[in-house]
Amino acid sequence: MEPFKNKLALIADDDIDILTLETIQLKKMGFNVISAETQKEAEELIDTNKPDIAIFDLMMDNRDSGFILSYKMKKMYPEVPVIIVTAVTADTGMIFGLDSDSERTWIKADKYLEKGLRPEQFEEEISQLLRPQL
Amino acid sequence: MATLNVLIVDDEPGIRSGIVRILQNYTVDFPFLEEEFDFNLIEIGSGEDAVEYIDSKPVDIVLLDNKLPGMDGIEVLEYINKKEMDCSVMMITSYASLDLAIKATNNGAYNFVPKPFTPAELKTALEGITKNLYLRRMTKELNTSGKQIRFQFLSVLSHELKSPINAIEGYLNIMKDKQLGDNIDDYMTMIDRSGERIRGMRSLIMDMLDLTRLESGKKSREVTKIDLVEIMKISRDTMLPMAIQKGVKITIDAESKEFPYLADRQDMEIIFNNLVSNAVKYNKDNGTVKCVFRENDNSITISVSDTGIGLSQEDISKLFQEFVRIKNEKTKAISGSGLGLSIMKKIVEESYHGTVSVESVPDQGSTFFIELPKLAFKV
Repeated sequence: MEPFKNKLALIADDDIDILTLETIQLKKMGFNVISAETQKEAEELIDTNKPDIAIFDLMMDNRDSGFILSYKMKKMYPEVPVIIVTAVTADTGMIFGLDSDSERTWIKADKYLEKGLRPEQFEEEISQLLRPQL
Repeated sequence: MATLNVLIVDDEPGIRSGIVRILQNYTVDFPFLEEEFDFNLIEIGSGEDAVEYIDSKPVDIVLLDNKLPGMDGIEVLEYINKKEMDCSVMMITSYASLDLAIKATNNGAYNFVPKPFTPAELKTALEGITKNLYLRRMTKELNTSGKQIRFQFLSVLSHELKSPINAIEGYLNIMKDKQLGDNIDDYMTMIDRSGERIRGMRSLIMDMLDLTRLESGKKSREVTKIDLVEIMKISRDTMLPMAIQKGVKITIDAESKEFPYLADRQDMEIIFNNLVSNAVKYNKDNGTVKCVFRENDNSITISVSDTGIGLSQEDISKLFQEFVRIKNEKTKAISGSGLGLSIMKKIVEESYHGTVSVESVPDQGSTFFIELPKLAFKV
């Protein structure tokens, strides 16, 4: 079953392996995938495409690339869901999330996920965001 | 519980006692830090008295009326600002004009409370100023104690270590589910990539160990008379497999000579390995690497030149920072921990009081220079 047939996913990650893995998984779910390895490439893709979902790595060329991309995306297409993924996790004391109002005002993403999710969970998170539109 | 000293500067006793009544049992807390503040309230009737008090006793927050007989509020503010005191000022005024607001803000006033104010307004304003003051001091403390740097280091480190694990785990999951079918050949790219990520992780861990030994100060340094040319030859041999694959030629100018120096052998190995491996990794195919030793009056210079991709001025300025890897089209396929050069610089500067410098032309190549004093250690 391909629940997301012909939907477009935009992904950005400077880790080529993560990009490969996400592409494989999203294609399996039915998505068409466009991808970028740098913040700049991703910005160009945002300018020229309207995806159905966007998934951005947090730390790329800049340590806050994901936030910047998410902000740009939401400014152009407020209705398109955005996921920020990162390998930076709470155990270093650096906690980001979308749990408080103040965080929601400056992090423009719909979801904030840690890298290394099981494929099923990754799929579930995406489904949750796109379900209303199905 | 921490107590902040609050100066209430107003010439009307009624206003002062009103403020005291509102704030005397008021506390501000920070759920995220489990820190609670209360306030020691000091009443002052004139600008002159305020300045005198500030000069002699610690003050954290000043609630300042602008319209005072004699020295007015703005003048008190200017005084505090000039002395660069670590306190926050909030203006309380009924004559709020844009002009005054700009003047006061320029002089570092944190906020305005218009007169007449309600108890709730005053409390909210004080809560804001307290948090601002606390965070400002916290940041300052973190910066001076170096914790900030440590904190950044750890978060970047965890990122760098976890990324390869996530990648390899992802590939393994695909293989486990046989997502590309039963033919093992179809998984070769993933297997190769996993191997590459493991190598990257290993070199990061090795570099981390070097750095830990350096920073803990526990690295036992065994200073003996060593031959730098011999150590350079070992570094060359270590990099030879990669150099051969890329067709890169490595030459050492003092090939047949000895170059004696008093130093710790392991330190020199780390420095030379870093220089030579970078010169090979960032070289063009069929390029060259030249290692040159030169003796000066009071120092020796070791330079390693490559004919590689080179560095822009902007790249050079970031080059020696921990975990900085110059990311562009030309470097994306080259793996590295981003720690090598910062480790090298640390050793050269902190242990030998030497210097590291680099000259580079994009697309033509880079030369790294290590200058070491002849007698870094006494025997």
